[in-house]
Amino acid sequence: MHELAITQSMLDLVLKQAEEAEAEKVGKINLVLGEMTGVVGRCVQFYFDFLSKGTPAEGAVLNFKVIPTTAKCQNCHKEFELGEFDWTCPHCQSNNIEITGGKELFVESIEVD
Amino acid sequence: MEIKVVKNILGANDQIAGKNRQLFDSNQVFVVNVMASPGAGKTSVIMETIKRLKGKTRVGVVEGDISSSLDAEAIGKEDVPVVQINTGGECHLDASMTASALGDVPLNDIDLLLIENVGNLVCPAEFRIGEDIRILIASTPEGDDKPFKYPLMFHEADVVLINKIDLLPYLKFDVNAFTQAIRGINQKVKIFPVSCTTGEGIEEWVSWLLGRMGKK
Repeated sequence: MHELAITQSMLDLVLKQAEEAEAEKVGKINLVLGEMTGVVGRCVQFYFDFLSKGTPAEGAVLNFKVIPTTAKCQNCHKEFELGEFDWTCPHCQSNNIEITGGKELFVESIEVD
Repeated sequence: MEIKVVKNILGANDQIAGKNRQLFDSNQVFVVNVMASPGAGKTSVIMETIKRLKGKTRVGVVEGDISSSLDAEAIGKEDVPVVQINTGGECHLDASMTASALGDVPLNDIDLLLIENVGNLVCPAEFRIGEDIRILIASTPEGDDKPFKYPLMFHEADVVLINKIDLLPYLKFDVNAFTQAIRGINQKVKIFPVSCTTGEGIEEWVSWLLGRMGKK
């Protein structure tokens, strides 16, 4: 459900960037979504199609780059992808870990005409 | 033509949250964002916290709900200023909704503002509202697997209150496993097992809160 607010913010940001570049049409939006944010691309697309109607971004292709949740072990300093139900280091079994990726939620670039 | 953007989608929200924070700071008000799933005991924790803070610090409350003012009415009985925000369908409070309620909060006359977020373990984690700390109330009937299902929320929390511990004899809830799972992705978190029914653990939470407020 947070996708509605997130999509509106994303669209506002994209339209501002497009306006600054004096673009008439946004053809593609490259988004980076961390897995941990729980943002569902399908929902973003649904809201985007609705919210972008009548704006220069109408019909733009949304491209999602999904970043897995990763962590760095504070004991052996190795990086690894976080399992679904196991949050210990697969190398040394320490549970002293720090999240290093998966919280991303940004617009990487847009393609405009 | 490709334009590099690399901008946080929620940057606009974070900016407004920053303004809220400045307003809170200039009034020397400590702000707690209270998050939980529906029915975990947000309102009960707020009421127990208010009761124990009487005479120690001046409290105000902002109640965020999709609809109704039931919680605000309950808290109003504790004789503290309370402002209701109805989000009208939005599943979380954001910084601008919070800002719009602040005009009705007597910031000059309070030291602590407890903001009850909409009951939800997903969306509130994304939206800063200008708070000093974020607390998450997780109740034992919800099950001890919740950190694995809602990792962002547990990662973002400064404090987790494990509520309804008086029900532990009737539930398969492993407090140790739950605590370990949270610490797995959040080393700095403070965890307090509490019961709003028996009052167990509330004193520890409240005295920690007072200590934390003193550091601001």
